[in-house]
Amino acid sequence: MSQLTEHIDSFLNAEKVRQLFPVLGQKVNGKELIYFDNAATTQKPQNVIDAISDYYAQYNANIHRGLHSLAEKATAAYENTRKTIREFIQANEVEEVIFTSGTTESINLVASAFGRKFINPGDEVIISELEHHSNIVPWQMICEEKGADLKAIPVDEKGDLDIHAFRNLLSENTKIVAINHVSNSLGTINPVKNIIEIAHQAGAVVLLDGAQASAHIDIDVKDLNCDFYAFSAHKLFGPTGVGVLYGKRDLLESMSPYQGGGEMIKEVSLEKTTYADLPYKFEAGTPNIADVVAFDEAIRFVKSLGKKENILGYERSLLDFATELLKQIPGLKIIGEANEKIGVVSFIVEGLHHFDIGMMLDAKGIAVRTGHHCTQPLMQSFGIDGTVRASFSIYNTLDEVSIFVESLKEIVEKWR
Amino acid sequence: MEIRANIPASVANIQDEIIEEFSFLGDDRESIIYYIMELGQKLPELDEKFKADENIIKGCQSKVWLTTELTGDRVIFKADSNTDVTKGLIGLLIRVLSGQTIDDILSADLYFIERIGMGQIIGSQRSNGLVAMIKQMKLYALAYKSKLS
Repeated sequence: MSQLTEHIDSFLNAEKVRQLFPVLGQKVNGKELIYFDNAATTQKPQNVIDAISDYYAQYNANIHRGLHSLAEKATAAYENTRKTIREFIQANEVEEVIFTSGTTESINLVASAFGRKFINPGDEVIISELEHHSNIVPWQMICEEKGADLKAIPVDEKGDLDIHAFRNLLSENTKIVAINHVSNSLGTINPVKNIIEIAHQAGAVVLLDGAQASAHIDIDVKDLNCDFYAFSAHKLFGPTGVGVLYGKRDLLESMSPYQGGGEMIKEVSLEKTTYADLPYKFEAGTPNIADVVAFDEAIRFVKSLGKKENILGYERSLLDFATELLKQIPGLKIIGEANEKIGVVSFIVEGLHHFDIGMMLDAKGIAVRTGHHCTQPLMQSFGIDGTVRASFSIYNTLDEVSIFVESLKEIVEKWR
Repeated sequence: MEIRANIPASVANIQDEIIEEFSFLGDDRESIIYYIMELGQKLPELDEKFKADENIIKGCQSKVWLTTELTGDRVIFKADSNTDVTKGLIGLLIRVLSGQTIDDILSADLYFIERIGMGQIIGSQRSNGLVAMIKQMKLYALAYKSKLS
């Protein structure tokens, strides 16, 4: 315990970080809030909240077309976030950074625009059993439309992908491999660099669903050599309704627009339209300006925490502490003990339904997620219909983990 | 006399009893949830043969199985669920509606749900589930009514 505490103090001062998050200071059901649902969405620091209201209070205007001063200011702020994101993910060019409404839209954009262009009858798309529904359903839709096959890399009992099976699934017909960087249900960090290399050898392109990775792991799209990378602002201390799609320029240029409308055109006549250049070709309509602008503040906050490996190191300390204590609870089984994990622990308790546990924890002021976590195929592969999932972030503390485990113990002793 | 003993108090009287019970629990959410779960654990388990897909109430996040039988003009409900909270909720509905006449079930105004603040206790998802349970119980009553007429 003392070792753990030292380890943590050397990295981060969570108590200090917490002060930046107004929502964390409240009581829920008369108890101090313990927020362990960070994999669903993270809370927002004050500077992000302020950026949204500052935008509306001081320079709200539609971007890109307006010539007036407010429009100039709004456009500059919006495009500034694009530059920040380029640097954040180490993309070559700002044109490779497309703003969307979230990871789900980013994946749908690729499934639709890449799929329409490159997927043909008899082709194959490979996903995995670990995927969120958002990285399953868009591919099912395009495969159905195109008469292509959808295959899934199996997951072992620890929650790791079977890379050997992946090699066997790949063929010359595989057009795209769409895999999460980190599993939302189990916290598994997938060996994506290896997966990308193997897929590229077979001639397939790779999309990474980075929704669960972006707040915990350094994203370097050049080093990963991924073709597409999708993530959301709201899981990265930013606002809801903003996502990013990174794509390699040549691929993005070869794809037709995903949606038609304002912003994405060069010239329109009633006979023919020519499309705008990247990235605007994929940003039809007035975008979510305020939240994109505030996203920049979220990245500023993340950078202020220092290296990502320190963030992950701290969250892993919370995870290790929680895992060790949870294992002492009778009837509790941890689902997902992959070798490499972020701070996510999923579990079931024999004789107690996860919904009941979630509700009782909530009554004690502890927010966890219960259910299938939008990964029904994964739950099926484990032969369960859901878990309780606690997911940690940089503002959580060892004390909170202790209270959580003690509360859970009390519930299990009383009701099991 | 035997038949009379099986006739429950009126829908209104039972609801008032429940409202009074919940008023003793005060505002403490934990006590309220524990109470609902205790009600769930007390509800007799449904025979496995009734836990079939055709008895599942659609629109509930948890699994809820509901079966009925008609005794005279009264409908007997039996139910089970895979979660204790949901079992407690359907248990409360059974307490109010089971053994009532078809007409009383169809015209039942289940005001106790709002009076005990169930919406805040169980949240919007489960409230939708509760609505689905009530709808299903009333549908059974309606089916019996059209069968008998």
